[in-house]
Amino acid sequence: MKSFAYVNAAGEKEAVAALGPERGRFLPLAGGMDLLALMKDYIAQPDRLVNVKGLDRAIARTPDGGLRIGAAVTLTQLAESAEARRMYPAMTDAAAEVGTPQIRNVGTVGGNINQRPRCWYFRNEEFPCLKKGGSTCYAVDGENQYHAIFGDGPCHIVHPSSLAVPSVALNAKFRVVGPTGERVVDAGEYFQMPDRNLFGETVLAPNELLTHVMLPPPGAARTATYEVRFKQSHDWPLAFASVALSMSGDTVRGARVVMGAVAPIPWRSPAAEAALTGKRLTEEAAMTAADAAVQGAKPMTLNSYKVQIARTAVKRAIMKAAGLKTV
Amino acid sequence: MAPKKKDEPGFSRRSFLKTVGAGGVAAGVLGPASTAEGQNVKAIGPAASPIQLNVNGKFHRLEVEPRVTLLDALRTRLNITGPKRVCDRGSCGACTVILDGRTVYSCSMLAIEAQGKVIRTAEGLTEGTVLHSVQRAFCDHDGLMCGFCTPGFVTAAVALLEKNPKPTRQEARKALDGNICRCGTYPRVLEAALNPKSAAGVKRG
Ligand SMILES: Cc1cc2nc3c(=O)[nH]c(=O)nc-3n(C[C@@H](O)[C@@H](O)[C@H](O)COP(=O)(O)OP(=O)(O)OC[C@H]3O[C@@H](n4cnc5c(N)ncnc54)[C@H](O)[C@@H]3O)c2cc1C
Ligand code: SF4
Ligand code: FES
Ligand code: FES
Repeated sequence: MKSFAYVNAAGEKEAVAALGPERGRFLPLAGGMDLLALMKDYIAQPDRLVNVKGLDRAIARTPDGGLRIGAAVTLTQLAESAEARRMYPAMTDAAAEVGTPQIRNVGTVGGNINQRPRCWYFRNEEFPCLKKGGSTCYAVDGENQYHAIFGDGPCHIVHPSSLAVPSVALNAKFRVVGPTGERVVDAGEYFQMPDRNLFGETVLAPNELLTHVMLPPPGAARTATYEVRFKQSHDWPLAFASVALSMSGDTVRGARVVMGAVAPIPWRSPAAEAALTGKRLTEEAAMTAADAAVQGAKPMTLNSYKVQIARTAVKRAIMKAAGLKTV
Repeated sequence: MAPKKKDEPGFSRRSFLKTVGAGGVAAGVLGPASTAEGQNVKAIGPAASPIQLNVNGKFHRLEVEPRVTLLDALRTRLNITGPKRVCDRGSCGACTVILDGRTVYSCSMLAIEAQGKVIRTAEGLTEGTVLHSVQRAFCDHDGLMCGFCTPGFVTAAVALLEKNPKPTRQEARKALDGNICRCGTYPRVLEAALNPKSAAGVKRG
């Protein structure tokens, strides 16, 4: 990798002060599981890394009964938190399956949500694709078996973060700090489609940091994440789904259904949510919602198999949340 | 390597930087610190600077650029070659070391960030010529073929057993699934990890 200077920032103020407005020049370094690989491949070539492991690393209850997760919390810490598991299994189940134990031991919540796409053309120095300022998306006519089945391009990545999807399903708020202060962004507004933001995946400016994921009080909601993986470790899911169901008795009063690894952002399905609302929670209801969730999918040349996988993930996530058997 | 004056206790580049950082000099001395943003930022490098690593109970002083990974520092600077370099991308486990009690991929961590941590490698498990019970179990259960993945697997198994001395098969599988063996010795690796004590009584030869 290219050489760089290193800043060990004590907290968020120092970290923000050490970043700059120019994209890619000064980068935050958390666990480094994503960033160092990008640098070894010369996809990222920062002049300076700013260690942000000094950001908040606590999981704390909020006065309103929700949970506040610091950006520097590791995935292992999140997966092992009994409180987080009791309150938001959709989140802890996702954290517990990321990559491998070694990745979860150093990978952070902030780094997970802000990790860069895995598209192999993006990751390969030899392919100057659209996202890197070129004129072609090589995935369109290329090896697109793991690419998006939703969205109109022009870039067809799937968002790589396992935590982004339950964050949207749980209606999380992200606290962001920058040079002019802090702001709070809905998880659902944080991620951006490529037609709005081709060179990044989020609303974050280069000198802003994600500092906290704030989860609202769970109330009587039942939540779950269900992933379909080709390998049991060392890999991202082929497709997955996170759901949050607010119930009265066994009737669904409200639902949030979000799919992962199917689009450039966590892909919410209002149609699946409508299909569930007001219904009793049964396998049939889950199936109808899953059918609705993949309506309108537009697979590429090699990934139509993902439509069925996404459908199964939605159905099983709903059944898992309901406490029904998934297979 | 003959110790340099600069490496003597009481003087580190870091403490030097702390002293000058508050003044206006920092940006000039410290490479690409920009003027528009981040004045007074205490940057280290990109040139080599002294660090201290605690590996297998011994302190080592060395000078590395910030871009040097813990794996490369261990292997090429300290001659601690138990951790292997295979993928160099956090995808195989050959470089696994135990850092403050948890397994990490040393290829995916900067050496500079491993300061102040307790680092353990396969080398540190052996006492003199006496193998650790997990190392013996790998021998007795034939937990290796070419052996290239073995130091990584052994350290992962040790980290598991120190946290959870009686893991279930499922727990052991999950704890070891960050390591890959191209020779496919997984069933025997699992047996070794599950039977560290029984190995001690087994007569070999
Ligand atoms: C083999 C393998 C398998 C994997 N499998 C999965 C998987 O199944 N699911 C999954 O989700 N991920 C997976 N990953 C990706 C893994 O890198 C992330 O899960 C990890 O959480 C990244 O966290 P980190 O702290 O190491 O991030 P870093 O590498 O330190 O940072 C990642 C990016 O986020 C930026 N960043 C870091 N912190 C902040 C912050 N607070 N605010 C703003 N920007 C920030 C960095 O600048 C960088 O661009 C896998 C990785 C590997 C190598
Ligand atoms: S999908 Fe996006 S990142 Fe991949 S080649 Fe196309 S433009 Fe590049
Ligand atoms: S060399 Fe570090 S994980 Fe492969
Ligand atoms: S024994 Fe050869 S790679 Fe595992």
